[in-house]
Amino acid sequence: MFMEVQDAQGNGQTSGQAARGESETVITARDVDVYYGNKKALEGVNLDIQRHQVTSLIGPSGCGKTTFLRCLNRMNDLIDICRVTGSITIEGQDIYDPAVDVVALRAHVGMVFQKPNPFPKSIFENIAYGPRIHRIARNKSELNDIVVDSLKRAGLWDEVHDRLDQPGTGLSGGQQQRLCIARAIAIQPKIILMDEPCSALDPIATAKVEELMEELKAHFTIVIVTHSMQQAARVSQRTAFFHLGILVEQGPTEQIFTTPQDARTENYITGRIG
Amino acid sequence: MTNPFGAQSPDIKQRRAAQTRFEWGGRLAITVALGFLLAMTVTIAWLGVGALQQTEIKLAVDLGPDNIDPNDLKGASYNTIVKNALKARFPEVEGRREKRDLYGILSPDAGFELKEKVVADPSLLGGTRELWFLASDDADLFGKGRVDVTLDQSQRRLNDLEVGWLQDLKANGELQKRFNMRFFTHGDSREPELAGILGALVGSAMSLFVCFILCFPVGVMAAIYLEEFAPKNRISDFIEVNINNLAAVPSIVFGLLGLAIFLNVFGLPRSSPLVGGMVLSLMTLPAIIIAARAALSAVPPSIREAALGLGASRLEATFHHVAPLAMPGMLTGAIVGMARALGETAPLLMIGMVAFIVDVPTSLVQPATALPVQIFLWADSPERAFMEKTSAAIIVLLFFLVVMNLTAILLRKRYEQRF
Ligand SMILES: Nc1ncnc2c1ncn2[C@@H]1O[C@H](COP(=O)(O)OP(=O)(O)OP(=O)(O)O)[C@@H](O)[C@H]1O
Ligand SMILES: [Mg+2]
Repeated sequence: MFMEVQDAQGNGQTSGQAARGESETVITARDVDVYYGNKKALEGVNLDIQRHQVTSLIGPSGCGKTTFLRCLNRMNDLIDICRVTGSITIEGQDIYDPAVDVVALRAHVGMVFQKPNPFPKSIFENIAYGPRIHRIARNKSELNDIVVDSLKRAGLWDEVHDRLDQPGTGLSGGQQQRLCIARAIAIQPKIILMDEPCSALDPIATAKVEELMEELKAHFTIVIVTHSMQQAARVSQRTAFFHLGILVEQGPTEQIFTTPQDARTENYITGRIG
Repeated sequence: MTNPFGAQSPDIKQRRAAQTRFEWGGRLAITVALGFLLAMTVTIAWLGVGALQQTEIKLAVDLGPDNIDPNDLKGASYNTIVKNALKARFPEVEGRREKRDLYGILSPDAGFELKEKVVADPSLLGGTRELWFLASDDADLFGKGRVDVTLDQSQRRLNDLEVGWLQDLKANGELQKRFNMRFFTHGDSREPELAGILGALVGSAMSLFVCFILCFPVGVMAAIYLEEFAPKNRISDFIEVNINNLAAVPSIVFGLLGLAIFLNVFGLPRSSPLVGGMVLSLMTLPAIIIAARAALSAVPPSIREAALGLGASRLEATFHHVAPLAMPGMLTGAIVGMARALGETAPLLMIGMVAFIVDVPTSLVQPATALPVQIFLWADSPERAFMEKTSAAIIVLLFFLVVMNLTAILLRKRYEQRF
C-alpha cells in the first residue's frame, strides 16, 4: 500500500476499527537485526505495535531505541553502513520489500527526531512544506488552516502566532522541538514516531505534548522513545524495554512498571541501571 | 597576602614564555608577508599611475579651405597639416633630420587623430584652431619628468634639440599632462602612447562569461549528483580522485588540450574569447565541482533527514532544501575559480590569444586577447614607455581580482548559514 503516493491514505479503513476500540496490530517486527558496519546494534527484536495506542520504548542510553524507531520509516536507509535484516510489516506490508516506495511510507509514518531540526526557513514554511509536497491543501487558505491548526495542537501557537515569518531556527530549543512536532502532524501521518520529543521541554510544554498524544491516539498510532519513566507511565498503553540491543521485555505499561518479569527491567525502572 | 594565582612557579613561567615566543614569531611572519605585499603594491602603483596621464602638446593647426575641402573631409592630408603646424611653431628648424626629429615629438597618429576630430565636429573648419595632440612616447616620458636632461644626449632617447623644443613648449604651457582616457577606451597599439586596455578587458570579460556559462551549471549539477545521489562505491571514489587530480593539472596542459580539440578537431576560431572561455572552463570546472561538493556537504544531514522524514523524495530534499542552502557556498567557489581563471595566461597562449590585436572584440568569435596576456605582451615590448602601461594593466587586473574576491567574501558573510 506504499507503492504510490497515497491518495486515500486508508481513511475509511482505520476509523471503523477506531470506533470499535479493539486493539489490532499495525506494526509487526520479527527477528529484526540491525548492523552498523560490523557492529550489531539490535538483535532479534520481535515487537507488535497496536493501532490507536501509544507505545513507549525505554532503556538506557545507547541501547538501540532510536535505531529501532528509525527502522520503522526506513530512515536508516540514509546511513550507508546500516543494514537491517528480519521483517517489519506495517498494515500487513513488508516495508523493506523492494516494491515499497519510501516516500509513500514516510508520508504514512511521520517522525519527530531526537534533535530538533527545523528548516532554516520561516516558521510558516517549516510547517507548510510537508502539506505542499503531498498536495494536502487545495488552496492557500486551507494551507493556512493546516499551519495554524498544527501549531495549536503542538502547543506553540500562542508563542509564535505573531511571527510566523521569522526563521524557525531562531526559536528556543524547546520551541524548535514543538515546531518539529507541528511539522510532523501537518502531513497527517497514520503513525507518528517520536524520539524523545520532550527532552528539551519544560513541564508545561511537556504536559501539552502529552495532551496532544492523548488526543492524537484516537486517530493515529504513536511510538515514543522516552527517558522519563513517569512519562511512559502517563502516556503509553504498552511499553517495550531495550537493553544493549536486545528487546528485554514488552507488555502493557502497567504490568511493566508494577510486575516486571525480567530482573534487568526491574533494575532499570527502579533506577539501578541506566 | 600573596596572590595564589600568580605565575610564581618556574613551570608556569616557562609555559608562558613559550607562548610569548610563539606569538612574537607569528607577528614577525605576518610583518614579513605584509611587507612583501606592500612593496609589490607600492611599486606597481608607483609605476602604473603614470599611465593614467598622457602628455599632450598644443598646436595651432590651419583648418582653412586651402587645406581641407569641406565636401571631402576624409580626403585631406591631415599629416601635412599637423607637420606644417609644427614647422610654424618652430620656424628655425632646418634640414631633413631635424625636421624628422621635430615631427617625432608628436605621436605618429596625430594626423589621424586630427581627422577624427574634424570628422566628428566639422564646425572646427574654416580657420586656425588651437588643439591638443598626443605626444610621442619619448616626449611623454619627458613630460612626466622621467628623462634625465643632465645626462649627455647620447645617453638618452631625446637629443638636446628635442629637449630644447619640449622645454620651450612646456615653458609656454603648450605641453601638459592630461588624464589618459584613451587607455580605457582603446585597444592595443604598437605605439605606447596609443595603447589601451579595453580590448584585453573585453576579451577577458567575454572569456569569463563563456567560462561561467559552461562550468557553473555543469559543475553544480555534477557536484549535486556526486554528493547527493551517486552511490558511494569504487567508481565514485575513482571519479573523486580524478576530479582532485584534474584540479591540480597545470593550466598549460588544458591549453594544449584546447588547441588539439577545440581548434584542430572542432575547427573553432583561433584566438577567440569563445575558445578561451572553453579552455578556462576546463580548468575551472574541477575547482567548481570541489567547492560545490564542499558547500553541499557542509549542509547538516539533519536537514536532509527532516525533509526525507516528511516524505520528500531525494530530489525534493536536494532541490528544496540542500541545494539552496549550499548555493552561496557554491557561488563563492565559482567566483574564486573565475578569479583564478581571470589571472590565467598559459592556456590562452596555447590557443593563440597572444596575438597583437588592435580592435576591441565585439563578438565571441573575433580574435581577442585577455588581461594577463596583454600584460605579458607589454612587459615583453622594448619601448620603455610600455613599462608604465604594464603596471597600469596589472593594476586593472588586480582591481578586478580584488573585486571578485571581495564579492565572494561578502556573499559568504551575508548568506553564511546558521543552522
Ligand atoms: N550512525 C551510526 N553509526 C554507527 N553506529 C551507530 C550509529 N547510530 C547509532 N549507532 C550505535 O548504535 C547503538 C544504538 O544507538 P541508538 O542511537 O539507537 O541509541 P539510543 O537507544 O537511541 O540512545 P539514546 O537514548 O542515547 O538516544 C549505539 O551503540 C550507537 O553507538
Ligand atoms: Mg536515541
